[in-house]
Amino acid sequence: MIAAMVSEAGRLLRTGETSAQALLEDAIDTASRTEAQLHAFLTIDSDGAREAARQADADLADGIDRGPLHGIPVALKDNMCTRGVETTAASQILAGYVPPYDATVVTRLRSGGAVIVGKTNLDEFAMGSSTENSAYGTTYNPWDLSRVPGGSSGGSAASVAAGSSLLAFGSDTGGSIRQPASLCGVVGMKPTYGTVSRYGLIAFASSLDQIGPFARTVEDSALALSSIWGYDPLDSTSYRGEYPNPMAGLDRGVDGLRIGVVTQLSGEGFEPAVEAATTDMVARLEKAGVEVIEVSLPTFDIALSAYYLIAPAEASSNLARFDGIRYGLRVDGATTEELMARTRAEGFGPEVTRRVLLGTYSLSAGYYDAFYGQAQRVRAAIQEDFARAYEQVDVLVSPTSPTVAFEAGARTSDPLAMYLSDICNIPANMAGHPAISVPVGLDDAGLPIGFQVMAPALGEETMYQVAAEVERLAGFEISPSVLRGAA
Amino acid sequence: MPIEIDIAHVARLARLGLTDEELESYKAQLGVILEHAARVQSLEVEPNVEAAHPLGLTNAFRDDDLRPSLDRDEVLGQAPEAIDGHFVVPPAMGTE
Repeated sequence: MIAAMVSEAGRLLRTGETSAQALLEDAIDTASRTEAQLHAFLTIDSDGAREAARQADADLADGIDRGPLHGIPVALKDNMCTRGVETTAASQILAGYVPPYDATVVTRLRSGGAVIVGKTNLDEFAMGSSTENSAYGTTYNPWDLSRVPGGSSGGSAASVAAGSSLLAFGSDTGGSIRQPASLCGVVGMKPTYGTVSRYGLIAFASSLDQIGPFARTVEDSALALSSIWGYDPLDSTSYRGEYPNPMAGLDRGVDGLRIGVVTQLSGEGFEPAVEAATTDMVARLEKAGVEVIEVSLPTFDIALSAYYLIAPAEASSNLARFDGIRYGLRVDGATTEELMARTRAEGFGPEVTRRVLLGTYSLSAGYYDAFYGQAQRVRAAIQEDFARAYEQVDVLVSPTSPTVAFEAGARTSDPLAMYLSDICNIPANMAGHPAISVPVGLDDAGLPIGFQVMAPALGEETMYQVAAEVERLAGFEISPSVLRGAA
Repeated sequence: MPIEIDIAHVARLARLGLTDEELESYKAQLGVILEHAARVQSLEVEPNVEAAHPLGLTNAFRDDDLRPSLDRDEVLGQAPEAIDGHFVVPPAMGTE
């Protein structure tokens, strides 16, 4: 690898020691050695990427510097629209769909000089926690090829861990960035709701979805976030006010901060190695000068239940657009309704079908108030629980995932067991708050363990400040077996 | 207790043409998931409070001015069937 970090690659680019084209060829070469085992990508756009890299080099030679991502090879989860490049959301129903426009995040990456290597695999429409629900095959974990990378942004997480991109972007509706980051030993971050435009992100649950970065270091994650966020008139939920500076606190240390350990995110269902790594990191943070306070957020116990009413309800509405008429798959029928019913039955995989049915039920007459309405009230109670906790502490911490990466196939026949993978992640989505997963160690089998830091809305500066200290204290090294084996 | 649902009705509302076998299988799975989800009913909550945007945003409006839109032919080019600037669909209602 020419450079393991965006910050380092950026320096080498500007001193002329490397080029965007060399960085890209390095990424493509890594992909060619690892993709047969990992299947992180659905599409590698070699031609488009080579053209972008050539342009990035030409611009730098002309003195045009587009910022920290200039010339950096990045990967995008395949639920972000890319003009001229197939975008499937890992669904049969969008096979062959070539968007006529770029998502706002893609526009910002392009204008920032980033080189888009390709589109990564995901659970169909971002629904899942293992990347096994893709219509185009499973992605495997770079640390152990018999295991899942987590999900739904498993392809992006695996790509960054393996080095076939220096940065990747995913979407997090209920943990879909943080959980795969944890399982793949990389840094994954979900920003405050409303700070990164959702325009051009294929919608799953609009009140929860947020795009965010996967990176190899906390600093790279902060650089990536700075490059994509900001007000966008094309997203009606976009935030117009002042944005924090994610870089400002990276070197500040944590002396004097108050950190809350969430009582509810431990105990039954949590692997001992995960609990031990979490407790150990909290102890190290305490030594580094933080005040540790145990805090109880009782609504966390039912956050998952509320999520599995709200997210499918919004999904059932958002996915009504896939009807066989305007784009994607069509299975003919004698009437429009028959065409739609046949197209959707054939085009959606089992998990998507399950959630569309679940959402349709919880929104239907007679059940709305008891299910969807009550879930929205629980969501408000979760927001109040968080507000009370943040009166006492600056950030909250927990494991990112109750377990390390699990065996492929282990949870596919038990939807509820799969849903429990995201139990630590969902509260931040329900409140719209930022949260980050930082790798802190390996279990006895050599599988990565992630540590989650949550902060109040627009608390990214303090969140990154703590994450940077966690990274320093952990001294984690990204050395997945797929690279050791291929070397 | 798993919750009993009229799965055929729900599938019709969702425009999903599933087989009887598939319906039975989804009915059983949804019953178990809904049993877990029904735990939301255990919390005593204020009846009229619902979650809001975390940054307090409400509606977004813009001036009603003309802007360029996507190219019509490029958009229709993604449709399974289109003629003369229109999407093509079968009859909305059956002939019987």
